[in-house]
Amino acid sequence: MRKNWWKVLASVLVLYSLITGFLLDVPHLPILHESIRNLYFHVPMWFTMIVLYLVSVIYSIKHLGSNNELDDLMAVEFVNAGVVFGFLGLVTGMIWANFTWGDPWPNDPKLNSAAISTLMYLAYLVLRNSMEEEQKRARISAIYNIFAFPVMIVLLFILPRMTDSLHPGNGGNPGFGAYDLDSRMRLVFYPACLGWILLGVWIATLRFRIRRLENKKFN
Amino acid sequence: MRNLLVTALVLLLTAARTFAREAGGIEMADTLRSSGKIYVVVAVVAVILLALIAYLFTIDAKVKKIEEKE
Repeated sequence: MRKNWWKVLASVLVLYSLITGFLLDVPHLPILHESIRNLYFHVPMWFTMIVLYLVSVIYSIKHLGSNNELDDLMAVEFVNAGVVFGFLGLVTGMIWANFTWGDPWPNDPKLNSAAISTLMYLAYLVLRNSMEEEQKRARISAIYNIFAFPVMIVLLFILPRMTDSLHPGNGGNPGFGAYDLDSRMRLVFYPACLGWILLGVWIATLRFRIRRLENKKFN
Repeated sequence: MRNLLVTALVLLLTAARTFAREAGGIEMADTLRSSGKIYVVVAVVAVILLALIAYLFTIDAKVKKIEEKE
């Protein structure tokens, strides 16, 4: 149990963010109204996805150096879990956009970028499954992953900033932090992000452990 | 001149009042919270999350058991 403290922390933080996210006071803003509370739930999905992809790319680099099969398994399972959080981010964003921007997919550059980067990681999973030989599959997908990660960062954080975007913090729009992420919201938002990231890592490591057991059994 | 001043003052006050109304009058779910029923929703969502977390812990324990057997 002593090794599991971070899983308990993840549970407590997510539960805390859920309760306070509904009950604490938020800034009164036009258009957003109560939907500003989505900040506590929609944004952590993306942060979790990015952290999971980051862990994955670290293991891909490790694999190229070590040629260890377990590093490759770690990389693929963190992408597998990351894609789930990416889809959650897309769907929750579409619901939120529908009621605040008037369209589930307003062709915002950040939305299109998010869709492209999700497809990129789906391509990674398809690429892996298309190869039979394990050594080759591990090396090629590791190299693909190392290229995919910086492209994802550029797509999500640099390109939307260079044009107009509805998202705060992009295209000359001030970020949430600039005017309305006041101290009350930070009190919920940061624990929520940390909690969801830990929860995502937990799910990814669970998938990794199951995969490792499977490999042991069949090899 | 006095008329002009009074008109300006009245206009200024109305403008200030309109502005104040706009800032304070944003519709939030105030009644929802004051009626107390929002806690019901929070309780439901908390139960769902707690169950899912408990489920994750049992999966974790199961995997651990198999790992120890190996």
